[in-house]
Amino acid sequence: MRQSQRILPVYAGDVSGACSALFELGGMVVIHDPSGCNSTYNTHDELRWYDQDSLVFVSGLRHADALMGNDERLVADVVEAVGQTRPRFVVLAGSPVPFQVGTDFAALARLVEARTGVVCRHVPTNGMHDYVRGAGLAFALLARAFVTAAREGTRAARPPRARVNVLGMTPLDFAAPTSRESLVGWLEGEGFALTSLWSLGCTLDDVMRASQADVNLVVSACGLDAARELERRLGQPYVVGLPVRGFGPALARALDRARDERRSRNAYLELRLVQSRDKDLLKGGIEAPRTPASAALALVGEPVAMGSMAAALGGRDVTARLVSPVEDARRLVDPRLGDVCVRGEEGVARALREAAIVVGDPFFSHVCARDQRLCRLPHLALSGRQWLREIPDLMSVDPMALVGDAMRKGA
Amino acid sequence: MLRRLRPSLAPEAGDQRTPAWVRAADASFPRPVPNVLEFNAPVHENWNIVHTGMLMPECHQIYVCADNCLRGVVLTAAEMGASERLSSVVIEEADLLRDNLESVTIEGVSDVLRKLTYHPRAVMVFLVCLHHFVGTDVRYVYAELERRFPRVRFLRCWMDPIMQKTGITPEQRQRRAMAELLDPVPQDENLVGVLSDDLRLPDDSDLARLVRSSGRRLMQLHDCARLDDYLSLGASSLLVTRTAVAAWGLAKVARRLERPYLYLPPALDYEAIDASLGRLAQALGVPTPNTREQRRACDAALDALARRLAGVPVAIDALAVNHPLELARLLLEHGLDVRRVYLDVVSDEERGALAWLRSQAPDLELWSTVHPTLRQRPRTDGDGWLAVGPKAAWFVGTSHVVNVIETDGHWGYEAILHLVGLMERAWAASVDVRSLVPRKGLGLPCACQMPW
Repeated sequence: MRQSQRILPVYAGDVSGACSALFELGGMVVIHDPSGCNSTYNTHDELRWYDQDSLVFVSGLRHADALMGNDERLVADVVEAVGQTRPRFVVLAGSPVPFQVGTDFAALARLVEARTGVVCRHVPTNGMHDYVRGAGLAFALLARAFVTAAREGTRAARPPRARVNVLGMTPLDFAAPTSRESLVGWLEGEGFALTSLWSLGCTLDDVMRASQADVNLVVSACGLDAARELERRLGQPYVVGLPVRGFGPALARALDRARDERRSRNAYLELRLVQSRDKDLLKGGIEAPRTPASAALALVGEPVAMGSMAAALGGRDVTARLVSPVEDARRLVDPRLGDVCVRGEEGVARALREAAIVVGDPFFSHVCARDQRLCRLPHLALSGRQWLREIPDLMSVDPMALVGDAMRKGA
Repeated sequence: MLRRLRPSLAPEAGDQRTPAWVRAADASFPRPVPNVLEFNAPVHENWNIVHTGMLMPECHQIYVCADNCLRGVVLTAAEMGASERLSSVVIEEADLLRDNLESVTIEGVSDVLRKLTYHPRAVMVFLVCLHHFVGTDVRYVYAELERRFPRVRFLRCWMDPIMQKTGITPEQRQRRAMAELLDPVPQDENLVGVLSDDLRLPDDSDLARLVRSSGRRLMQLHDCARLDDYLSLGASSLLVTRTAVAAWGLAKVARRLERPYLYLPPALDYEAIDASLGRLAQALGVPTPNTREQRRACDAALDALARRLAGVPVAIDALAVNHPLELARLLLEHGLDVRRVYLDVVSDEERGALAWLRSQAPDLELWSTVHPTLRQRPRTDGDGWLAVGPKAAWFVGTSHVVNVIETDGHWGYEAILHLVGLMERAWAASVDVRSLVPRKGLGLPCACQMPW
């Protein structure tokens, strides 16, 4: 049964994703829930909870209030807390019970905004999806509600260095403390200028200036919805990819081309398709890419990081396929390359069955066969703080080194 | 009356907004600070239902709930190194449309049990808030599971925090379910069973000594390596718990088993301790013990502690001890400078202590642990403070902390002496609070790693 999990945890929930995306922006996030969502978020999913004071609260929803539709208590409590803590904005996030009873969050947000004068919106989480959905909704909300269109002239003066927003960076996917520094260092080293980075080391003012950028770099599945929203609203093209070692130059070229052509692209999928065609042509083959459904190497996890690693490995003649157990990833994988989107423990186990080598979170060892080799790449969004200090800075990971030992043992 | 000379920082009169704390003199019962939005401090050493459930041998836990709720319990087990003993069934949106969650619950639990690599003899099935709201036919669910798996004992548990403040709590239901497993086996006159407590009662506690002095044998849940050992507690001639949330369920089970039971709260008040010892002695059929020497020993230890901690402000939290207001009173009566108690609700058992504090220590500060303004409040009172409890340590910002939960499992005069010793040692040494208090389930394995 797809929904039963013998041993694997589920990925961080949509509520955690939304809270993580908004954590540093000076707003208040209110999770409308009895208690569990907030505690799970700040215990297992939020590394910054101990040291940084962010206004993330739970409403403490009670049985009687939910049954009777007493939303006034929530509104009154939020209004009072806004007066006491002075956030720059308020976001209401839903959980399973409000979803079930049909709480009208849009109306509640309007009430709070009218009574406080502080911008209030809601993200339609319901605790039944994963962090990619939640963070995606939150980033898209920022793109819709807070990014102001650039004035005429600001965009017209084309600077020599492309200005870039980075979208989709939260500790759930980038837990290593040097992650931001590495990414910004790479951007600057490649001649790009950072406009905003959503949202690590980022303020609401940075987000509001995002329209000044020439191109958006989507570094995780969480950033895709915002990128599409900014493309729709402002015509900003985006590039999907993460500069893992061996993939940086191709990603930089993709950013330049996206700016020049004003066309969005997925850099790692494009490169992997080219690599796949080249191989087939060398074999005297066919036009369409080969489908390596039985590729010996499977990368399981967040698709942008894993896809970028697969592209880097492809440059070293190692074919890998992606197994994406997170939601909203269909645009980030390519079935022609053997990639699959799966849900649940059974789905992951089935997708990994053919692989000799698996790269992914150590938890996946529970669904690997004895003769499969697992290259450990812990992921906060799955295993929480269990292997926190083993989580590497993804930009400094050499994918070849990661799988090298396992490949040598298998040879 | 104990009145502090420093100026009061109490919330200004006329401010209608809910404050984060109140003076004891102004504290209402049972919630000194009313509930508003809640902040969750990064202190997680308390036990949750997963930890408690793991005490039951040969038992598997299955949670049937949505992603967000599920993650916390699965990772709790993982950090304990007990992933193999906990499984889950994920509720999705479509399940809410299909039926009243009966199908996904029955099929999901059945599927998990078929996939397990071992055969648990007992299974705790946890239903959640959503099951209440869609009107799940819980009897049908368990009848069907018992039909499919006749050799498994199913424990009817809940993870429904929506009932936490106004109904029977998940902790109460779980403890009742654990006790319900006991069958009415022939009574063993010499056996006293202690169950439904998180922490093991030390062998030198006042309770254990009194039981031994009556010639009886004490057996605890924690001593049971196999389910059969646990089931043998059904032979107890007297059932005892020290846990408030266990009393409701134990009363029902004791009635079914036709056995006496006692709830003996871990009080830190001499009269209350003596009252409990008297009830236990009566149940055991022995004379009530004379506690004059123990009182004298406690007084001497507390007086010595007061001399050692002269001028040191003390903060207490409700995580550390079951009866924080009684501890505050006890310490104040012996001359210690207790300034703050962090608690969100006052139990009925502490009504007397609250009344005493209102009149005798009106400036004692009763702080909420969840008020939203606490997120921004500086936590820099510093190492000049002694904290009794991990939350107090975090809020105050001191590294001198008595890092215990639930009175460290101790009871009675022995508990008071134990706490005095811990306070002395905590004042003499510092600990790294940041690396300690975010860990879950104090006293159990926790393999989590702290941020850099």
